[in-house]
Amino acid sequence: MKTIVLMGNPNVGKSGIFSRLTGTRVITSNYPGTTVDVSRGKMRLLGAPAEVIDAPGTYSLTPTNPAEEVAAGILAQADLVVNVVDATNLERNLYLTLETLECGVPAAVALNLWDEAGHQGIAIDVAGLEALLGVPVVPTVGLAGQGIRELVERLGEAHPSETIRPMSEEERWVAVGRITGEVQTIVHRHHTLRDRLSEASIRPITGLFIALAVIAAAFLAVRWIGEGLISLVFEPLFDLYTPIVMRLSDLLGPGVLHEILIGRLFDGEIDYVQSMGLLTTGLYVPLAMILPYIVAFYLVLSILEDTGYLPRLATLTDTFFHRLGMHGYGIIPVFLGFGCNVPGALATRVLETKKQRFIAATLMALAVPCMAQIAMVFGVLGPFGLQYVVMVFATLALVYVAAGLVLNRVVPGECPEIFLEIPPYRVPDIRATVTKTWMRVRGFIGEAIPYLFLGILLINLLYAVGFLDLLAAVFAPVMETWLGLPAGAAVALLVGFLRKDLAVGMLVPLGMNPEQLVIAVTMLSIYFPCVATFVVLLRELGARGMLAAAGVMVTTALLVGGALRMVLIGF
Amino acid sequence: MIAMEKTLLELEPGMHGTLIRFAGTPGFVRKLRTIGIREGKTLTVVTRHPLGGPVVIEVDGREVTLGRGMAVRVIVDVAA
Repeated sequence: MKTIVLMGNPNVGKSGIFSRLTGTRVITSNYPGTTVDVSRGKMRLLGAPAEVIDAPGTYSLTPTNPAEEVAAGILAQADLVVNVVDATNLERNLYLTLETLECGVPAAVALNLWDEAGHQGIAIDVAGLEALLGVPVVPTVGLAGQGIRELVERLGEAHPSETIRPMSEEERWVAVGRITGEVQTIVHRHHTLRDRLSEASIRPITGLFIALAVIAAAFLAVRWIGEGLISLVFEPLFDLYTPIVMRLSDLLGPGVLHEILIGRLFDGEIDYVQSMGLLTTGLYVPLAMILPYIVAFYLVLSILEDTGYLPRLATLTDTFFHRLGMHGYGIIPVFLGFGCNVPGALATRVLETKKQRFIAATLMALAVPCMAQIAMVFGVLGPFGLQYVVMVFATLALVYVAAGLVLNRVVPGECPEIFLEIPPYRVPDIRATVTKTWMRVRGFIGEAIPYLFLGILLINLLYAVGFLDLLAAVFAPVMETWLGLPAGAAVALLVGFLRKDLAVGMLVPLGMNPEQLVIAVTMLSIYFPCVATFVVLLRELGARGMLAAAGVMVTTALLVGGALRMVLIGF
Repeated sequence: MIAMEKTLLELEPGMHGTLIRFAGTPGFVRKLRTIGIREGKTLTVVTRHPLGGPVVIEVDGREVTLGRGMAVRVIVDVAA
């Protein structure tokens, strides 16, 4: 089977072309990181099946980061290359085109974002470019599917370039300039509203206001959509479901099976947060308390990504993140981490050095609660008053900054500066946004529900054999004297390793006052990541890195917990 | 008209200059060239973030953010 490789710079709509060629849905977005994982798909070429590989975006074949190394490696396996070029920025894209053609591999060029080039007053002589490059050149609009059919037809005639011969780097730059000059004409245009908006969003003062407005709007939208889904969809569903479980509860009668499936009853009723049965809490917490917010979060995040706002946010926050040993891209793991820490941990790859990735991953695991945890914090502390919720988040923000300042000083290694291209603002394509949101939500469902079920099962079993009581007794001194918490809170912390949201729920029956709850909830966030995040971090940081990160987490948790106790409760 | 050599970092927002050379390693030079920052190009400073923050420039209608440590190694000619 032939291997077709898609090569191109970042942000040229390569993933869109990929999904059009293969029919597979893949995640397309405006910042590096999401396509570092290589996508593969199948298509038919001249009646025979062929494999299509979407290489990570790269500016050249002389790699400057891991993603580009992957891209160069993939090119070596190609029988045929589709070089996706941004028609709005031909000159910059041609360097990679020439390098690719010099390899002597059969190739075709897709001049993507063709519609946008037209809007910007850029005209390209396609036939002229084809003659100069010596391979088929096809204008395309990946998102709309325009030009894809012709591209596939002309792939059949793809052959190694007869006009491009290997050359030195300097010669290549000269060739880039010459080719661009011959085929491209630009009609100068006036500054549009989009340009002015773009500039306003990267200037320090106007940019800050826009950023605050965008973040506030995003937060409100997540809350509004989430609450809407809960009250209109999920609660009514559970109202229908309750009589069925109650019937089952009567049928089962008291016993171990009831304990595991239904859990404890409160005044003869099911309490969906506290009962801890597989069919009660096990279904309710992930579906009715967390899933609605996950859907809302990923929808808002996908829109933010597809408009091209995130690189602007990275520019604005660079000054801040640089002091914590990262650079502006440090905002990406934080943002994703708020949804779920697992993609947050993967997103640390957008940073270049080991030191930066270590700091980003450790700080995220310490102080960025995931949507599941945030929903539970609001659920548990909200009834006591918003000030308690604010206390938790303010503490976590403080921990993020303080730990970052310290880690930047003590962790050895380099902190390269920010260097990124700001893509033009684009109106998100509704279909692409919905598809991306759905893929991420599906990922969450596949990961969360088994863990939650397993978690509840394990807890019920450990509880039955008395292990949890033993654990509570062992940790009682630390809990009671250092943190001012009941011994039972140790159990919740253990459960937090399996699922933090569930652990927050377990704090409710302990009958703590709001101050104690603030301490326990904050500790729960800081002390250790959940098992899914732990596994990913172990892979990303290595065993030694993870050990160091875990040391930072436990130490910080104990320090912060003790400090909070002194401030909130006294001695 | 007298041309003056300056580093990109010395350009105030709104000013522009023509890139004449880089003062850095081959790796650094390649990194900038491949993103479109090359000799002969006109670079316009869009904004410079305070407190040691990054510089945003415009080249060929595209905006690029780069750190100050990089901006200081880009030498431009400014028409004075």
